[in-house]
This record gives sequence, C-alpha cells and structure tokens, in this order.
Amino acid sequence: MSTTAADASARIRETFGVEAAVDGAMVTVVVPRELWTELAHFTNRVLGCRYFNWLSAIDWKEHGLEVVCRLENLDAGLVLTMRTRLGPGETRCPSLAGLCRGADWMERECYDMFGVRFEGHPDLRRILLSEDWEGYPLRKDYAVDTPFAPYR
Amino acid sequence: MEVKPPTPQIPAPVWTEFKDLQEWEKYHQERATDDKTSDTLAAIADAIHHMPGGWIVTTTTEKIFNWARKSSIWPVTFGLACCAIEMMATFASRFDVERFGMVPWASPRHSDLMIVSGTVTIKMAPMLKRIYDQMPDPKWVVSMGSCANSGGPFRHGYHVVKGVDRVVPVDVYVPGCPPTPDSLMYGLLKLQEQVGEFQKTGKRPTASDPK
Repeated sequence: MSTTAADASARIRETFGVEAAVDGAMVTVVVPRELWTELAHFTNRVLGCRYFNWLSAIDWKEHGLEVVCRLENLDAGLVLTMRTRLGPGETRCPSLAGLCRGADWMERECYDMFGVRFEGHPDLRRILLSEDWEGYPLRKDYAVDTPFAPYR
Repeated sequence: MEVKPPTPQIPAPVWTEFKDLQEWEKYHQERATDDKTSDTLAAIADAIHHMPGGWIVTTTTEKIFNWARKSSIWPVTFGLACCAIEMMATFASRFDVERFGMVPWASPRHSDLMIVSGTVTIKMAPMLKRIYDQMPDPKWVVSMGSCANSGGPFRHGYHVVKGVDRVVPVDVYVPGCPPTPDSLMYGLLKLQEQVGEFQKTGKRPTASDPK
C-alpha cells in the first residue's frame, strides 16, 4: 500500500473536513471529540495505520485536557498523530480499545495518570498505581508531596 | 517577579513498630514472646554475666558468636533498580564478597541481610516489608544508594518512598548514585564491624564509645 503523507492528508480533509498538517512523513490531525473514533477507524482501516503506537494526554490547566494518540502504517512509513481537546473540566473521551487492542492498556495508563474516563473501555481500572491511590498524579494541579502514610 | 523554589511539605515518617532509637534497638533484638527456650537461655546468660567474673565467659561467648555471625552474612538477592547492577558486580568474581562469607541467597528465610538496592516505590514498599518480615532474626538492612537512603532524585516524585528507613530499620547507609562496588563493599565491611559489636547481655556499645 503506497499511502504518502500528502495523500493521507488530502483524504482526511475530503472525508472529515478537518485540516491535516504534514511534516515529512508525519501527519497531525486535530479533531473535535465527536470525530475521535471515526477518524481512528478511518485511519486504521482505510489508511492502513494498523500499528497503535501510543496514547497520552496533556493537561492545559484551565483549558482542560488534550488526548494525543499516534497510529502508524509501518509498510508505507506513514505516521499519523491525532489530537483532541476535551474542553475545560471535561474528562470523558471515546475509547479506541474496541478498534485496537493496543489502546487498552494505554488508555488505562492515561486514566491512571490523568483521570481521562474512556467511554466504552472494557476494563477501566488503575494499571500502574495502587488501587487505593487518590488523585491523578500527572495533572498540573496534583500536589507532588501529597502525604501517603506511612511511606511519604 | 520573584521566583521561589517550591517548599515541600514532607510529613515526619510514621513508624509502625518503633518510635525512637531505643525502641528500634529493642525491636531489632526482640524475639517472640512465647519463645520459652530462648527466654531461659537468655536468663541463664544474664545470670552468668552478673556473677563475679562471669562477664568474661559471656563476652567471650558473644565474641565467638559474633565472629560466626559476621563471617557468614547471607544477603538476600533483592534488586530493585540500577543499584542492583552494582550489587551484582559486588557479588561477582571481580570484587567477590564471598571471601567475607557473604553468599547471595535467593530465599529470605535463610538470609541475614537485605541490601535495599534502588528506588523503593510506594507500590513496592509492602512487598519489601514482607520480605523483611520473612527473614529470621537477627537481621540487618543495608540501604544502598541515594534513592533508598532518602528518595534521591525522585524524592519529590509522586510515587517514591522518601527513604527506606520509613519501611524497615536500616543499619548502614551507603551513599552514591549508584554506589560503586567498592562503596558497597566498604558499607558491608562497616556492617561486619557493627555485627561484631552485637550484644545481648551487659552494656551495649554506643556510637560515642571509643573503639
């Protein structure tokens, strides 16, 4: 499959009507939350980005959380980064775990660290921190020296 | 605008079994309350120690016991992080702590020493405590590296125990990030010295006593 970055950008633009920035082999798409699963599905099935590389989030303080994920087409060397703003105070985001099995644990980690609640995730629990942990440590408003008796 | 460094609010460590040094020492040399045989033997040893001239017998016996103890300290193989690489190097042929009688042993139930080599995370701390509890008395702990000593570079991280002495009582702290095998070996020799002073009867030596 010979999907170039410019080709992928054009197809995303004509399908979803969103701008897709091209930088070398990397395409960056910023989508609203409603198009998140549709775009991931399109990328995975049509553009052939079957490798789910990673998923994470960014805390923009009063502007809310932003979820970032990267899908890759290893045959064509195409790298696609998807970003979506959840909006201030919003923690819900559609899950990609039904699309890629690789998204399962990445979304659990994202929930663990940022408190993003992925809707439709089969098993959204904490993955790295202990079950009785309070708060989400990678949020900007998390106090680093929060007591955790007796260890801290 | 003045930029201030963050002032961390670190609460004092919460001890679970001991509050101060005396209690710590007591905890260290304590045995099970229903251990009648050991109680009897300790009573006999104490009686001999307080007989006129009896201290010669007890101190000599203790010296022999301590010589045996310090010549066969078996550390439990317990590697947590990058310090464990240096610990393995210490155990291996180049530095070879086996010439001091330290055989790395893969069971806490046969071990005398736990070398806490690396960062102790809050999730790992209960397991560390459990391994320490499984070791038979008398037992010693060497805290190896900055992370185990105080939390090190991760001290203000969200998941790191600020020093392993919040979980188990520590005998020797080895500084370094990570400590070289030489440093760890020096710490182990210091521990041997400390074990040589281990006493059950009579006046215990303190740190201020002349050697």
